[in-house]
Amino acid sequence: MNVDVLEDERQHHFVLNMGPQHPSTHGVLRVLLKMEGEYVLDPQPVLGYVHRCHEKIGECKPARSFMPNTARMDYLGALIYNQGYAMLLERAAGIEVPKRAEYIRVITSELNRIQSHLLWYGAYLLDLGAFTPIMYAFDDREHILDALEDVCGSRLTYCYCRVGGVCKDIDDKFIERARAFIERLRGRFPMYENLINGNVIVQKRMKSVGNYTPELCARYGVTGPLLRATGVAYDLRKAEPYSVYSEFDFEVPTEQTGDAWAAFNVRYREIEQSLRIIEQALDKLPEGEVMADKVPKKLRLPQGDYNCSVEAPRGELSYYLVSDGSDVPYRIKVRTPSYSNLSVVPEVCKGMMIADVVTSMGALDLVIPEIDR
Amino acid sequence: MQTLNSYAPEIIRIVIAVAGAAVVVFGNALIMGYMERKLAGHFQRRTGPMEVGYHGILQLIIDGIKLMSKQLVIPAKADKPLFMLAPIISFAPVFLPLLVIPFSDRIQAFDLDVGLLFVLAVASINVLAVLVGGWASNNKYSMFGAFRAVAQNVAYEIPMLISLLAIVFMTNTFSLRGIVEAQNVWFIVLQPVAFLIYLVCMVAETNRAPFDLAEAESELTAGFHTEYSGMSFSLFMMAEYTNMFIVSCIATVFFLGGTSGIPLPYFEYTGIIWFLLKVYFFMFFLVWIRWTYPRTRFDQLMNLCWKYLLPISLVNLLITVVVVKL
Repeated sequence: MNVDVLEDERQHHFVLNMGPQHPSTHGVLRVLLKMEGEYVLDPQPVLGYVHRCHEKIGECKPARSFMPNTARMDYLGALIYNQGYAMLLERAAGIEVPKRAEYIRVITSELNRIQSHLLWYGAYLLDLGAFTPIMYAFDDREHILDALEDVCGSRLTYCYCRVGGVCKDIDDKFIERARAFIERLRGRFPMYENLINGNVIVQKRMKSVGNYTPELCARYGVTGPLLRATGVAYDLRKAEPYSVYSEFDFEVPTEQTGDAWAAFNVRYREIEQSLRIIEQALDKLPEGEVMADKVPKKLRLPQGDYNCSVEAPRGELSYYLVSDGSDVPYRIKVRTPSYSNLSVVPEVCKGMMIADVVTSMGALDLVIPEIDR
Repeated sequence: MQTLNSYAPEIIRIVIAVAGAAVVVFGNALIMGYMERKLAGHFQRRTGPMEVGYHGILQLIIDGIKLMSKQLVIPAKADKPLFMLAPIISFAPVFLPLLVIPFSDRIQAFDLDVGLLFVLAVASINVLAVLVGGWASNNKYSMFGAFRAVAQNVAYEIPMLISLLAIVFMTNTFSLRGIVEAQNVWFIVLQPVAFLIYLVCMVAETNRAPFDLAEAESELTAGFHTEYSGMSFSLFMMAEYTNMFIVSCIATVFFLGGTSGIPLPYFEYTGIIWFLLKVYFFMFFLVWIRWTYPRTRFDQLMNLCWKYLLPISLVNLLITVVVVKL
């Protein structure tokens, strides 16, 4: 009897192994799709292809040496990951960061966020079969990378933040470049809107794909643009303002429909909000030092457990650190947004066509090394 | 002797025609390969091939040599004879439609009375090749691509034929030459609806973006030709480019008056210049939309055909018939 059922299943369904090498899983995500014709009955993500034990590495060396590892978790939001970890250690050790350093962190983090969103914008449309937008997005993104390269020394996996500030002050050239970039990107928005956002095929592909609700997001811990696409205006920069975000005037874009099109629009509008933050930060940029004075060479964190959350491009990023009083952390745990966001796939993508699975996974904006740390 | 005399010119004609068709097929593949890469480059704010020759003009020749010298990889569990046969089934028939296309008044191999039907019949063999190739690859993505291609091509041949039938009713002939000669006014003016329907079907019929569901590289890696490499892959590509050429020729013959244009000396031969200009305008259009639009979803593609194109083309045909009869 049981064998018959299995045999029946084998004849009617088949399993499509999407990934770990597949053009639209962007990295090494593997999704097992049980298919019936074009329809996906049961999508199951399989993880573990780029696991590098980052958290364990963090427990083997002095706390501040973990900073470069944070950049390698989410290579698109490296500065924000840097900032979160630096804030965690500063909170633990009770170090006051100079105002100018906080502003610089905000400026570079927001540039990093725009860079991440631009890459997602191009790659997502590539998933939908449009080749050209990624080139335009990369064209804009390149300006950010060039500017950040000058101050941070690297283009992708930054290690710019230090405990107590940032490693290098920004110069007039950087400020000029950032202002020129803001102007340039604002000039490019009408083109993006005409070419892509207004395109009827784009809209038809995205609208009513995925049915996210606030309840579903709460159940899986989905945060970031996907949560805001369901109408919940939850953004850590507003909800519990860290750093100097409370000093800036910006909005949290939300949409009501909870589909891929809503997530697309939320991300797209966030780029403009980040531009606003950078503009204000550049205007108000205070003079002064970029490193705190009394940062001890050997950073001993007082015994206890510490937590720090920041808003990464893909959602809420939390660091959790347990210290036993020595300079090596007893335990580091990172709560990365894509891991939780990916966990909705089996529920949301059930019964979709294969093309829609690609669309809704693209809307999650997955960065695989951040899921597998 | 008598027999030989009567046959000899015919045989020479056939040899010249086949040689000419081969020149068109390979020449078009070279031009289109270069044009596509160059245009795609410029649409995307890059330069395209620049290294080999002046502005990369020899790039395609180098590519051809590379593809020919590559090993043909046959997947372990593939159906070997069918796997090798599929590119040939795809490529071999593309010569035939070229024989009946009136490039100019004197440059046409045969003027068949059923020219249109011949072209459409031969062109639809391509879908068989896609099905065979996708099936024989023993790859799930390939099979998906093949199934999609069959559903898509069968669906889109119907509105395509019906939109062209409207013109056949106006001219009372299936002969391509006859249709060119009947155009005092280009039929794009008299039959704009049929033209638009044909334009959409043309893209779907050649499996090009935004209707490249059979390839769909972001969903199906490369669809039906996932497992093909080297020369067997380039046969598929050459067949695709030639199919684009053929549907563009049909569009030129039916809607843009074939060779008609500003008269040149020796017009019975030089009309080919106007003809090819119009054909490559359509080819440019195909490349242009491919690099601009995202891909549609499969059910949306089928909806477009069965819910919109087919009824509209039928109504268009009905109106044409009524007007012609009056």
